[in-house]
Amino acid sequence: MKARVTVMLKNGVLDPQGEAVRHALGAMGFAGVQGVRQGKVIELDLAAGTTEAQVRDMCEKLLANTVIESYRIEMPS
Amino acid sequence: MKAAVVVFPGSNCDRDLAVAFRAAGAEVEMVWHKDADLPRGVDIVGVPGGFSYGDYLRCGAIAAQSAICGAIKAHAARGGYVLGVCNGFQVLTETRLLPGALLRNAGLRYVCRTVPLRVQTSDSVFTQGYNAGDVIGIPIAHHDGNYYADDETLARLTGEDRVAFTYVDNPNGSRGDIAGILSENRRVLGMMPHPERAADAGHGGTDGVALFRALAGALTAA
Repeated sequence: MKARVTVMLKNGVLDPQGEAVRHALGAMGFAGVQGVRQGKVIELDLAAGTTEAQVRDMCEKLLANTVIESYRIEMPS
Repeated sequence: MKAAVVVFPGSNCDRDLAVAFRAAGAEVEMVWHKDADLPRGVDIVGVPGGFSYGDYLRCGAIAAQSAICGAIKAHAARGGYVLGVCNGFQVLTETRLLPGALLRNAGLRYVCRTVPLRVQTSDSVFTQGYNAGDVIGIPIAHHDGNYYADDETLARLTGEDRVAFTYVDNPNGSRGDIAGILSENRRVLGMMPHPERAADAGHGGTDGVALFRALAGALTAA
């Protein structure tokens, strides 16, 4: 069973890397990119029966730093 | 004073920190990240700079889950002293011994130079060798030193006089120009600049010496 965790900097936390990507896209001639936020995707290969609550615990304790990051879990229900 | 300096895989300022502690008169033991206990009688734990666990996931995140960090948290909970420098500061925020987090530098570049720091408080064993308002020159060397905390936390840090050092010319985008902060009981200090790299005339500066001397003085007398 696969679960996918998407970790993003919280709204309001400056994302300098996203900003640099936005500038680069503009410089390349891609018009109309008003904002870029860069995050990370973590794929977990889980034993059958692993619950979303357990994945949430992993996120809270290690995968995300909730001081600065939010996370979203996608897994087959 | 007895100091323990932690060695993670990827630490690279551990020996420098040990040298600075020893020069101030401390007895120093190195401890390995897999150790679940600190040596007996340790007054202060030094968490050094470097790239613990290759900075994988987030700087300091994996280190914060190591066996030795469990022992450091217990030491801090007993009222023990902890000094985290650079990656050590990142580890201390990841363990939540200190509030906030260190983000990628606002300018995206690794910054490596000696910068002027303003001492914001002399009310701690770490900073009592300085006067509040002193400007000292201490090297920085980091890519992720951009201190972030929410407004409420920043107000609390300022209101409780827990900002130890600020940058005179903010090199990394840190909120409130913050370079180093103290825990609520003022016994845990995390700072991005490297006082151990300004601890010998051969380093080109000695403004970090007062930090180690003050520590040794206070913790030996205690």
